[in-house]
Amino acid sequence: MGLNNMANTYVALATNTLGTAASSVTFSSIPGTYTDLVLVSSVLTTVIGGVDIHMTFNSDTGSNYSRTYISGNGSSATSNRQSSVAYIRINQVSYPDNNSIATVGITNIQNYANSTTNKTVLTRSSNASDGVDAVVGLWRNTAAITTITLTGNGGNFAVGSTFSLYGILAA
Amino acid sequence: MPILGIMASQISGHLWAPDGAYDALSTVTLTASTASITFAGIPSTYKHLQVRVSYGLASANNPTWRVNGDTTGANYVGHHLWGDGATAFANAQTSGTVYWSYIPNASFPGAAIMDFLDYANTSKNKTMRTLTGSDGNGSGEVALWSGAYLQTAAISSITLAGGSNFTANSSFALYGIK
Repeated sequence: MGLNNMANTYVALATNTLGTAASSVTFSSIPGTYTDLVLVSSVLTTVIGGVDIHMTFNSDTGSNYSRTYISGNGSSATSNRQSSVAYIRINQVSYPDNNSIATVGITNIQNYANSTTNKTVLTRSSNASDGVDAVVGLWRNTAAITTITLTGNGGNFAVGSTFSLYGILAA
Repeated sequence: MPILGIMASQISGHLWAPDGAYDALSTVTLTASTASITFAGIPSTYKHLQVRVSYGLASANNPTWRVNGDTTGANYVGHHLWGDGATAFANAQTSGTVYWSYIPNASFPGAAIMDFLDYANTSKNKTMRTLTGSDGNGSGEVALWSGAYLQTAAISSITLAGGSNFTANSSFALYGIK
């Protein structure tokens, strides 16, 4: 089967595959020419107890973030939130500590380049050994997002972790 | 090139010449508060549709969806899994108004990604699903919605209504997936 000619509507902007363990990954100089951004992550760790991904924008480390989530762990469903924190935790399920099953997530950063509204993030992530979750996050800032930083809370992202950023054009 | 129409009282959308596997078909960005928006004249040349929404509401509310101008409640059903920051819930919507999101705090925005699967098939009822949420730094909800349109007609128009008005700067983008 042949491939169709792809229009540049869903554009791969950058991919980072870790060759060495890293405590954080940053996408910088993000152009404001798209409508939404999509971050696809497949993350491993060797840290006992796992790590969490904390997302921040434009190097803002103030308590300007919050989130609400729902998660299921195979036996029960729960919901909780964090308010006025210095990051959006874009996963809720715990990372395995055997470094064999990646936690995968797709994070949508909506209307990221507009300069009139606070920014909303939607994520679905899962780990086959731990659970599944959905997260809505808020950055209380109207600035266009030009930098995204992902930090491992509790330890490093392991070799082989991948982070890919896409831009989606509007009509 | 298919012609895609946009209907709303205040819009700034324009047309697009699609030629890929994930095509931007139409965008509506509100310049004033508006009760509803409609994507009309949707071509049947794609396998799936996706609507990406960044929106605000004049007051806390559940926005609704309809297709093909059909307002017959018996033609729609849905399910809903959500968390409000304290508890996880699930419920069903049978024969009535069907929702795709919720904003509990009108001061903060909401977002949604809606997928209408196999929308042009004329031998099966139509299914949509949505990932949506709105966080208000102390309030908020994240949700998964599933909805069905119990008709086999191809979807040629999608109407999203806010319950209360969508606020200015709300944006709605329709994509076709081959």
